[in-house]
Amino acid sequence: MYSNKFGRLLFGLRGLKVSPVSGAIQRSEVRGFSSGAAVWRQRRAACAEMQQTRSASHTTVDPGEVKRFQLMANKWWDEEGDFAALHAMNDLRVPFVRDNLLNVQRERHPGQPLAGLRILDVGCGGGLLTEPLGRLGATVLGIDPVEDSIRIAQLHSSHDPDLRDRVSYRACTLEELSGDGEAKQEEQTETQFDAIVASEVVEHLADLETFAICCSHVLKPGGSLFITTINKTNLSYALAIVAAEQLLRIVPRGTHDWEKFVSPVELERLLESNGFLVQSVQGMLYNPLSGAWSWTNTTAINYALHAVKQDVGAEDRNGPDGDQCEPTHS
Amino acid sequence: MHKLTKAPLALNGLGRCFITEKHLSGVNIIRRGLVCSENTIDSNKTEVYDVIISGGGMVGSAMACSLGMDPNLSEKKILLLEAGHKKVMDRLPDTYSTRVSSISPGSATLLSGIGAWEHITRMRYKPYKRMQVWDACSDALITFDKEDLLDEMAYIVENDIVVAAITRQLDTLPENVQVKYKSKVVKYTWPMPHHAAESIPWVKVTLANGETLQTKLLIGADGPNSMVRQKLGIPTVKWNYDQSAVVAVLHLSEPTENNVAWQRFLPTGPIAMLPLSDTESSLVWSTGHHLAEELLELDEESFVDAVNSAFWSNENQSDLIETAGALFRGALSAIMPSEGSPRQLPPSVAGIGPKSRVMFPLGIGHASEYIRHRVALIGDAAHRVHPLAGQGANLGFGDVACLTQLLSQAAFNGKDLGAIQHLLEYETERQRHNLPMMTVIDLMKRLYSTNAAPVVLLRTFGLQATNMLPTLKEQIMAYASK
Repeated sequence: MYSNKFGRLLFGLRGLKVSPVSGAIQRSEVRGFSSGAAVWRQRRAACAEMQQTRSASHTTVDPGEVKRFQLMANKWWDEEGDFAALHAMNDLRVPFVRDNLLNVQRERHPGQPLAGLRILDVGCGGGLLTEPLGRLGATVLGIDPVEDSIRIAQLHSSHDPDLRDRVSYRACTLEELSGDGEAKQEEQTETQFDAIVASEVVEHLADLETFAICCSHVLKPGGSLFITTINKTNLSYALAIVAAEQLLRIVPRGTHDWEKFVSPVELERLLESNGFLVQSVQGMLYNPLSGAWSWTNTTAINYALHAVKQDVGAEDRNGPDGDQCEPTHS
Repeated sequence: MHKLTKAPLALNGLGRCFITEKHLSGVNIIRRGLVCSENTIDSNKTEVYDVIISGGGMVGSAMACSLGMDPNLSEKKILLLEAGHKKVMDRLPDTYSTRVSSISPGSATLLSGIGAWEHITRMRYKPYKRMQVWDACSDALITFDKEDLLDEMAYIVENDIVVAAITRQLDTLPENVQVKYKSKVVKYTWPMPHHAAESIPWVKVTLANGETLQTKLLIGADGPNSMVRQKLGIPTVKWNYDQSAVVAVLHLSEPTENNVAWQRFLPTGPIAMLPLSDTESSLVWSTGHHLAEELLELDEESFVDAVNSAFWSNENQSDLIETAGALFRGALSAIMPSEGSPRQLPPSVAGIGPKSRVMFPLGIGHASEYIRHRVALIGDAAHRVHPLAGQGANLGFGDVACLTQLLSQAAFNGKDLGAIQHLLEYETERQRHNLPMMTVIDLMKRLYSTNAAPVVLLRTFGLQATNMLPTLKEQIMAYASK
């Protein structure tokens, strides 16, 4: 396992191949570290027009993102492959979700700490986070717009009798789910979730405002929203884009778009203006040598956020935006 | 019902899709396009366990009990497979059995944690407070004991009693923990790695009666000739010692407090007397194969004489060694005047228990890997040692404690129990503990297998020096007590 990682590290450092990035709204193609400075200038120049990246278009499904993840669909469950860092991140995000939900739970179920809870995993991909949550006893619905990912997720969980009952998947967008919920207004309690998990998802969205609104629709009052994502700082550019994608190949090239990163302050502001109260924000750090994540004091690169939906003001959100919510990918 | 389960097994290699169509409803014909394999039928009929433990000896059943009692694993299906029959002990047998183990305080803690120690104390066990180890070729000796003889060093318990106590505890566990007796495993089928998405990802276990079971994690606790280890093809470093151990139950000449364990290193191998009660002790005499066979053939009186003489006679000591030994002792006591305990002689033996002489061959073995994808080895399946240090069972119990804790944590984090990450942690931690111990035991065995003068002098000096260093002795005892 170590030799594999080491090999990839060395290979990444040496092989700075020029390969086109299949980003959709990308204007600059990153061509390797040597032209990093050029990219930097380009980025700053294009910054103004890039304000449009996150438009109020209400369609946050980014076709480019969908296509990119479709191509990688078969690799979800290869723990040493392209998604290795996401597999390793379970060591942080599962306890994060579990412990925060346990604080709210009053009953104790040894062996099934999350029994009785309904969780929605937005942008579930191949089900990397959906399955552990299901094993902990929760009833989890995983949604993702990429159908191939959903198929892989269903196949993977079909072998396990424990998961068959508790984990289900749907190839749809958060908007569609939220729209369904609207239609069956009498069955509000049945379509609402105790918690929503959107891990490594908001950095792939185009419209965060509608994401927040849709989350608010499908979440029970007092329900929890868990987000893990990447901060928008110079350090995160250096590490998450340059180092992780180009040098060390921890994630495939073009997975992330720095413009779409969102800082915890901005995310907090956005959530709070949509009826959430942010409970905690915690920084995460990835060590490429050991392949492990750890909690850290700084939120400059990756961070995890836990917010709770307030009871008051939930109805005010039903405006013209109410019907259009955005799905996400992860 | 019988036919439905037999048919897919019989037609294993053939047209899998035919079976799907024949025996299941039309809805499943649609599934044919997606996942078509005989495994589809098997997975509907074969039960999937979370953990299967293969081998119900002391270590295997302790593992089952330990997993079954862990709160984080309380919803997991655990199965213990044992080829023999259930060991129930409603009434304590009058005679002691010959196979005993020295249970260290660490192992006693584990057993008490799983609720079996209580049963053991109510049945039969013997704590001892001191251990004396001495050489036959010189008068060097070392004694281990806790301060002021207040605490017990370790316990001698018959193996049958340990298993019976754990079995009694297993009976009280809820139904997620099952035990199948008289179940011999004939075949293991290992899963493909992750990339092959369509095959069944679990380990398949086939029993002699034709039943197939599937499990997310297989724990091999099937002894030094482990079938799990062999079928996995794990390279094992092993060799046979040219020694067999003769075990017997000894009747002492007169009742005594009997809370000392005795071991004397003869050139042919160590002889040990472990206390069982005030009037009886257990004998473990490791010696060459021929000598062992001869010992078994002696009549009772001659055998008793042989035992007594092995412990008491000084015929192996030469004058040179004696003088040298005295010199060393003088020198050491000049440097460290206060230490060194007086030599005691073990109690003399008057007779042996009826029909109680047995012998078994000795060897050493260490699996280079304790784990594979969805498999872990514990106990003698992973490591086998010489009984001279009384550590074999304790190393196994150490494996149980470590693996239980890691699996418990993994379950609390929602992980797949067969995932390699925590299995690797188990392997690393236990290899780090077991390898040094095994190396030392092997070294001791080699060191004491000769009566060549230089080696004798070396070990005499070493033993005497160690005897006079209380901190070093404490370290040794602490390491062996884990």
